[in-house]
Amino acid sequence: MLSTAGYVAYLFLQKNYLQQTGFYLILAGFLCHTTWIGYGFVQSGHFPINNLHQTLSMAGWTIAGVFLIFHYRFHLKILGIFTAPLVTLVMVIASRLPSAPHTADSILNNIWLVAHVITIFIGEASFALACGVGFLYLVQEHTIKSKTHGFFFKRLPSLELLDTTGYACIVAGFTMLTLGLITGFIYAKSVWGRFWSWDPKEVWSGITWLLYAALLHQRLTVGWRGRKAAIMAIIGFAVILFTFFGVNFLLQGHHGEFTKLQMGG
Amino acid sequence: MRLLKNMLEIVLLGLNHKTAPVALRECLAFSPDETSAVLKAFQESPVISEAVLVSTCNRVEILMATEDKSNAVRTAKMFLSEFKKLPASEFEKSLYIHKGDDAVRHMFRVASSLDSMVVGEPQILGQIKEAYKLATLKKTSGVILNKLLHRTFFVAKRVRSETGIGDHAVSISYAAIELGRKIFGTFEGKKVLLIGAGEMAELAVDHLIRNKVGDILVANRTFENGVKLAKRFKGNAIRFEEIADSLERVDIVISSTGSTDYVVTRKQVKAVIRRRRNRPIFFIDIAVPRDIDPEINRLTNSYVYDIDDLKGVIDGSIENRNKEAIKGERIVDEAVIGFRRWYDNLDVVPTIVALRNKMDAIAQAEIKKTLLALKHLSDEDRQAVTRMTNAMINKILHDPTLLLKSNGHHQNKSGYLDITRKLFKLDE
Repeated sequence: MLSTAGYVAYLFLQKNYLQQTGFYLILAGFLCHTTWIGYGFVQSGHFPINNLHQTLSMAGWTIAGVFLIFHYRFHLKILGIFTAPLVTLVMVIASRLPSAPHTADSILNNIWLVAHVITIFIGEASFALACGVGFLYLVQEHTIKSKTHGFFFKRLPSLELLDTTGYACIVAGFTMLTLGLITGFIYAKSVWGRFWSWDPKEVWSGITWLLYAALLHQRLTVGWRGRKAAIMAIIGFAVILFTFFGVNFLLQGHHGEFTKLQMGG
Repeated sequence: MRLLKNMLEIVLLGLNHKTAPVALRECLAFSPDETSAVLKAFQESPVISEAVLVSTCNRVEILMATEDKSNAVRTAKMFLSEFKKLPASEFEKSLYIHKGDDAVRHMFRVASSLDSMVVGEPQILGQIKEAYKLATLKKTSGVILNKLLHRTFFVAKRVRSETGIGDHAVSISYAAIELGRKIFGTFEGKKVLLIGAGEMAELAVDHLIRNKVGDILVANRTFENGVKLAKRFKGNAIRFEEIADSLERVDIVISSTGSTDYVVTRKQVKAVIRRRRNRPIFFIDIAVPRDIDPEINRLTNSYVYDIDDLKGVIDGSIENRNKEAIKGERIVDEAVIGFRRWYDNLDVVPTIVALRNKMDAIAQAEIKKTLLALKHLSDEDRQAVTRMTNAMINKILHDPTLLLKSNGHHQNKSGYLDITRKLFKLDE
């Protein structure tokens, strides 16, 4: 349901009233998705991140949620053009994957874990938006610099707005990522008895964190903004994608069990 | 036939933003002083009877009335090349030449702003008026061009008031502001530096003030002028040498000076980027020749738009105005036909015929009236009265007709014809 909403929104975003329709469709999709996740949560008694299907579905849900928040805050209508297809894509992939839940693991029922997952997901969704905004920034900057005002010029918002939004996304994402890492540490301590276990996912999360920390640091000290910031946001998100998928498929570690397809961890 | 051959014809040659790049227009732009000098040269040329020269940053138009079109065009090209010290081959390809009705139509279209870079921008009419004023001062404009220019002003006003072409983006400066909006989103609190002065630049600053822009700095080579201008914008004047330092603080730079070198160089901007903490800076270069080094556009978060670039922004909104422009074209077409009628009548034979017809009509009417009261007259008497009246008309018209037909002072022929038509109100 969400995917249709997203797709319709994407397709018609060119026109103002259609953009509004798209927005309400995303909103509706988000609300349905929320009840669905809530229902699953109540029914199974644990957070629905057992397998890749659920994890992706969760990611789609958070991206949509974060998009709605930023839309409310910045009125950045055009961002839907990036978000809607992304959510759609995520949901389509999720729906193609087997959704059979496997036996609830006791380690999944912990308040720290829930906090860890939620914060990390919101953080990553924010970074996804930052990447989208960064991409739009580069497109708009290119049209202005090359002085060929074509299709995008009229439709994209001002550079300043894109830059501020991207910055806000990264600040929000960074805060959430930090909280996510901290809760993750606490959880790891309570389950495995140590904060840091050099698990590849942990290492890559750390790299991501450092990358965004560097970006924010540069912005605050020498005022990295505009083009460089946009490129960094895109690179950052690429690293996140790698952390999210690549590490699971290519490297082994204790996070793997959440994203493995069929066999239990 | 000799008479007809002496008739002055209208020829126009020029180049504009569509046919010539900024660099070439820069080379061929005339200051008022230069214009006066060229007009004087035209006056001394035997082939050019009347001349008006319009030079703006987007176009140079030379309007002439001549008996020998090809010779006049050759002469005008020669003058251009001499005055601007540029071989004719450099600009010949960019020139357009219009004759007769086409020249009239072109003039009407230019003044009505149908041919402008920003269709509907209002400044061109004023610029043509200035050019005409200069030509009348130098006495290079005669009967034909006087009539044409007066018609032109009339048509331009009509197009403006009867169509909506002036309603949208009114000028280059407006286009620049729209572009700034795409960079900054809002102008609130943004600092502006105005270098030089000029109608378009000041208009841009006015637009910005209406958009709640922050502080305004004015730099002028003559500090006193800068102070005056700054007062008008409630801003501060800085010295010309301070421009490089002020780049650190300002967000929008509007430049419009007569300088032949770059006023702001790439080096200067590069030096302040770090100190600006990478905040975007937007240069609007309204000057011809250019004031801002175009290379600055390649620096991060720096944007440079010169007059040609702004064209790109304008093309977007041009579609909306096409409908109104078509209305404007129709008004122009009508006016061209009207002018052609006047021009054709300016020939000797039609004028004499019209004069005769007018006299005959008056005589007929008066005879009829008089005879109505003189019922006792015989038919013979009546014929005698009519004969007498006709003879009087012939006698009265004899000398004027001879004068109009004479070949002697052909330079003034159109003048005599025009006065005759005016004296007897033949253009009703």
